[in-house]
Amino acid sequence: MDKAEALGLYQKLYLVRRCEEKIREEYFKDEMKTPVHLGIGGEAISVGVVQALPPAALTFGTYRNHALYLAKTDDVEGFFGELYGRASGRCKGKAGSMHLCYPERGLVATSAVVGTTIPVALGAAMASRYRGRNEVVAAFFGDGATEEGTFWESLNYASLRGLRLLLICEDNELAIHTHVNDRQGHEGLLSAVSGFRCHAERADGSDLPAVLEAARGILRKMEKDPRPGFLHLSYYRFLEHVGPLEDFKFAYRKKPEEKELQRRDPVHRFEQTLAALGARAEEIANVRSKVDERVLKEVAAAQKAPFPEPSELMTDVFV
Amino acid sequence: MKRNIQFREALSSALADEMTADPSVFVFGLDVPDHKRIFGSTAGLLEKFGPERVFDTPLSEDAMTGAALGAALAGLRPVHVHIRVDFALLGMNQIINMISNLRYMTGGQIGKLPIVIRAVIGRGWGQSAQHSKSLQGMFAHFPGLKVVMPSSPQDAYSLLRASIRDDNPVIFLEHRWLYDVVGEVDDAHAVPLGLANVRRHGKDITLVCTSWMNVEAHKAADLLARRGVEAEIVDVRSIAPLDAATILKSVRRTGRCIVADYDWSFCGFAAELAAQIHHGCFKELKAPVERVGFAHTPCPTTRPLENLFYPSAKTLVRAAERLLGLDEMDLSQEKFYTYEVNFKGPF
Ligand SMILES: Cc1ncc(C[n+]2csc(CCOP(=O)(O)OP(=O)(O)O)c2C)c(N)n1
Ligand SMILES: [Mg+2]
Repeated sequence: MDKAEALGLYQKLYLVRRCEEKIREEYFKDEMKTPVHLGIGGEAISVGVVQALPPAALTFGTYRNHALYLAKTDDVEGFFGELYGRASGRCKGKAGSMHLCYPERGLVATSAVVGTTIPVALGAAMASRYRGRNEVVAAFFGDGATEEGTFWESLNYASLRGLRLLLICEDNELAIHTHVNDRQGHEGLLSAVSGFRCHAERADGSDLPAVLEAARGILRKMEKDPRPGFLHLSYYRFLEHVGPLEDFKFAYRKKPEEKELQRRDPVHRFEQTLAALGARAEEIANVRSKVDERVLKEVAAAQKAPFPEPSELMTDVFV
Repeated sequence: MKRNIQFREALSSALADEMTADPSVFVFGLDVPDHKRIFGSTAGLLEKFGPERVFDTPLSEDAMTGAALGAALAGLRPVHVHIRVDFALLGMNQIINMISNLRYMTGGQIGKLPIVIRAVIGRGWGQSAQHSKSLQGMFAHFPGLKVVMPSSPQDAYSLLRASIRDDNPVIFLEHRWLYDVVGEVDDAHAVPLGLANVRRHGKDITLVCTSWMNVEAHKAADLLARRGVEAEIVDVRSIAPLDAATILKSVRRTGRCIVADYDWSFCGFAAELAAQIHHGCFKELKAPVERVGFAHTPCPTTRPLENLFYPSAKTLVRAAERLLGLDEMDLSQEKFYTYEVNFKGPF
């Protein structure tokens, strides 16, 4: 990775972080009336995988979708419009945070029912194969989603048919407050999927270059040998499951040492990568201030934007 | 003993009392033992009864619903909890193809199926379309399931105990906003399944309500009282089996009826009620039964559309006025959707 590419990636990574920090600042003003599942700590996964995917690749996600939405669509206006429930929201305020999507820009759908979009991505991959193309389709989901039967059913079918379905497990070891050790009866996901005819890789999801390398690596394998891919990326969830706060006081998990928190912070980590690539402090600061400005502007615009007209209630049910 | 407690505590007390009374009762489901305890409704159970009887599950609703059935067949009394009814949909194969049918399909060889499936329903905080369903009509559609919707702390307590004691499968639906309601609970007061409850007496119009609509109906009845209209409120409580007699008795007396079901009206429980009321009160009805329910769209997130989607006391007042042939009273100084303003989520 050279400095220019790295600065470009940093802009995306920092945009996600800044948007979510802004949500945290604003949330208790009670104007964003939608539950928010923040992904602070996990930003590098969406940013890195989206970077590695062909730009036209279709993607699917979950309720914890802010990073994916911003990385895939770069639509800050529609993002905040949606969180504020305004007509300027990408989904006209009908989605809120949990169902953000932008099909035209390749984020086809996200869902708040765990596991739900995995087979949908499978179907999109199937359709691509049907048309003789067999393009890559990507599904993002959490570690908890792998406990649902639909994950295994989808993996099985994609393996059977040799579909280029990229399954990206964003593993924070938690499902709400329950640790993976209290939920999963196997020796790790990589070994659990190893009996299927799929490619599988794992990487540190807090480390953007590592995510990028793993994603590019598995995509190359999928290109050469058409099979589904399973990308297992670990990260640390800094905040509560839903909402803008930390939740260490509830004691179901211990707050890591400051050094460990820094190691798990993808923005901090990548700033070190940037420095190692020779990026100067003012270059980094420059990226940040542009992003800061953009986020401030879009939040202010969303706060002033009108709500949808009452007639919008009845639209969009059918074509 | 009588206590003034919240709905959530009424639920946890009912669970604790049944678990104390019967060692075969256990409570399980996603998030049941975590620190939030299903909005407080499973509080204290883990400490009192231990992890063998109070436990979490993987995200595997389909298998866990089947496991509840298996445990019931083997003589236990499972209470399976879903923090949203929308997630119970992943267990529908077991609920509809197995649990509701099994006794009948086996010609009664399977005697008891004491399974309670508790699920939280309803509106929260921009919950959108996947965290807001009610589904009572859909569950009640299937023979072999009992469906219960408490709307007061006393009913939450007594009906949950009755559901756990029932030897049939029971779907127990709890509105998220009712969790904060405080009321007197007498633990000696038993309420059997299958009885409606006249929560307010009046002679001019009957409001037949489910779940949260009872709260809206009380407010509507207060407003109507100001103009001399006395509304009677019948809380259905037990969707299946349905206590039609209590409902019909009220409507025969008032001659006017609004069915306010906390769900979509089209093809829903409201339609069933309206049909039974028309059939049973044909002579006494002075006007066709009105139905009040959700707008026939998926639930939107943004507050202004959410407020149009959900019916309120105002919707009920306007419907009553239409039925009674009255002009619209001035409601411009009234506050509606006040609970929405208080509720800060996030869930
Ligand atoms: C089918 C289903 N069951 C339960 C829930 C409630 N729920 C919401 S998020 C969640 C945890 C999911 O964990 P994971 O897949 O690891 O994703 P994460 O939240 O960690 O990103 C649960 C249990 C749900 N939304 N859908
Ligand atoms: Mg997780």
